[in-house]
Amino acid sequence: MTDATKNDIVLEIHDLTVSYDRKPVLWDVDLSLPQGKLIGIIGPNGAGKSTLIKSVMGLVPNSSGYVRLFDHNLDDVRAKVSYIPQRESVDWDFPASVLDVVLMGRYGKLGLFKRPRKADKEVAMDCLRKVGMEAYMERQISQLSGGQQQRVFLARALAQQADLYFMDEPFAGVDAATEKTIISILSEMTERGNTVVVVHHDLQSISEYFDWVILLNMRLVAYGPTEEVFNQELLQETYGGKLTLLSDVGNLMKRKRFPNREAKPAKRI
Amino acid sequence: MDTFLDFFSFSDPNVRYVVLGSILLTSSSSIVGCFTFLKKKALVGDAVAHAVLPGVCLSFLLTGEKNPFVLIIGAFITGWLSLFIIDAISGRSKIKEDTAIGLILSVFFGIGILILTVIQKSGAATQTGLDSFLFGKAASLVGQDLIVFGIVALLLFLSVWLLFKEFSLLSFDEAFAQTIGLPVRSIELVLTTLTVMAVVIGIQAVGVVLMAAMLITPAAAARFWTDKIKVMIALAAIFGSLSGLIGAYISYAAPSMPTGPWIVVVISTIAFISFFMAPGKGIIYRMRNQSRIKKHINDENILKTLYQLSEEEKNFYEARTVDGILSKRKFDKGNLESGLRRLKNEGFLNNDNGFWKLTLEGKEKGQRIVKLHRLWELYLTEYLKIAPDHVHDDADTIEHILTPELEARLEKLLDYPTVDPHESEIPYR
Repeated sequence: MTDATKNDIVLEIHDLTVSYDRKPVLWDVDLSLPQGKLIGIIGPNGAGKSTLIKSVMGLVPNSSGYVRLFDHNLDDVRAKVSYIPQRESVDWDFPASVLDVVLMGRYGKLGLFKRPRKADKEVAMDCLRKVGMEAYMERQISQLSGGQQQRVFLARALAQQADLYFMDEPFAGVDAATEKTIISILSEMTERGNTVVVVHHDLQSISEYFDWVILLNMRLVAYGPTEEVFNQELLQETYGGKLTLLSDVGNLMKRKRFPNREAKPAKRI
Repeated sequence: MDTFLDFFSFSDPNVRYVVLGSILLTSSSSIVGCFTFLKKKALVGDAVAHAVLPGVCLSFLLTGEKNPFVLIIGAFITGWLSLFIIDAISGRSKIKEDTAIGLILSVFFGIGILILTVIQKSGAATQTGLDSFLFGKAASLVGQDLIVFGIVALLLFLSVWLLFKEFSLLSFDEAFAQTIGLPVRSIELVLTTLTVMAVVIGIQAVGVVLMAAMLITPAAAARFWTDKIKVMIALAAIFGSLSGLIGAYISYAAPSMPTGPWIVVVISTIAFISFFMAPGKGIIYRMRNQSRIKKHINDENILKTLYQLSEEEKNFYEARTVDGILSKRKFDKGNLESGLRRLKNEGFLNNDNGFWKLTLEGKEKGQRIVKLHRLWELYLTEYLKIAPDHVHDDADTIEHILTPELEARLEKLLDYPTVDPHESEIPYR
């Protein structure tokens, strides 16, 4: 698909199938993403967009296939990978300040038992400044607006100082100013050589925002540079009608408690 | 009174044991309970507390002695088993977690009561004091218990202190914790173990039946007072200790009283007070805030009405009667009169033999409300394309909340208009 050398590949997904309760929601995905791009994942509701990045981050088990990051297994390169969950996935009424949440981005580097040091606080403050939230440092997180919450999550990710970022719907329910701020920070990050993968909903802004897109609808429809794959024909294939046969088979597997793969001798990777 | 002095002088070593023991037990369960509360696992704590009973009874039945160490091991095993089964049931079957908790709680507790009855029939229970595990008996704590419970409590404090950062992150955002490579399952395991441990030692003072209250209530009460997790944990520990201390006193002063219910009464009272009194989140604070807003709206409406009356007659300092005001706008008469008095005290009105007059300040304030009302009506019709006959009620509310900053933005956005959608003049200074 691309002529990028092996060194440029930050994410390689091979024959990945993911199921919830035995029902496959993603079928046989194969893709590899190059370094330094801002990449959007698009597709209709229930297409498996969030599932794809959750499975890359090891949050949902794979039924088959494998994921390689920087040509390593996830566990060996966790410090280089950052994940930003959907804003609604946490309870914002938790008793924590904005700074507390951003400091969580340092926990991976700190390791068990250790408290955040002054250096960590300075990194956190710096990240808050980048997202324009330094004035809210002491603010209790339940008092933030949706856009501010999203900025705090982005600051937490920045504090991880990773190379590859996965963001789940960062633009859902945020104000226009926040969306602008976030996208300009993401562009800066990719200019510095980081790779950012974003689950996105709004087709209007795809060409403007993303260097690459991944078109997903329960299976990989296409992926590549935006100008090559973001066209009428492929969009039609992504959004035009559900693959009812595919989801019916999935439902059948769930109902019959069917395994996703036949049992076979463990193979070498 | 003598008992009171005897107790609180702490001269009797027995009293010292009981007090120290109770405080250790209640404060450690309060601290661990904070995370149970933040993880929204209150019911799980309840299930563990009940599931501990068969373990306690079985170890007594097997060994025939009331060595706290032996009893704790038994309690620990069944407490853990219950959690394991709850997880297995909700993970592997169609039964949801709440149903699984309900099932396990009653089954384990039922078995526990059954074995306890067998022990009681054998006549051994009274000597062992095993029945005090049901409702707790702080006064029965002795030196030997204290050593064991002290060690366990210390272990709890230490673990929470060491793993504070991990526990907090796990309670707030488990998925994130997993992605940064924290050993989430192990930490979860430690936290669960701590919960079981807190329950196991706590039941000595509080009893199996009410132990869940000791885990959750201090945390819930503390949450009302603060938004900082460290302060919350400290407060929960203080609330817990206080209830433990009072529970121990009652157990000492009235030996026939079960301690557990008294401890729970005390901690519930603290929670109740927090629920009403806490600044910001408490009910009383909210009610006072609401009534302040109501008065604010009422008074602004009075000034607005006086201004509008004067506007029609072009005489802003005309003296008016209460009935005159009521002819322009409907007020509750009591509210109107108290509002008029308040406005007079604040210097917005003068009263002249029952006639009310605007002062210069009152006129300006009334004028501002009228201006905001008309600006907002214009904004709604121009920018939201709402029909002019639909905008009045909206404007009636919004006029009271707009800040000077928003007022300036509104004026600028609408380019200092002179009339509202109903052709009424918008008054500027």
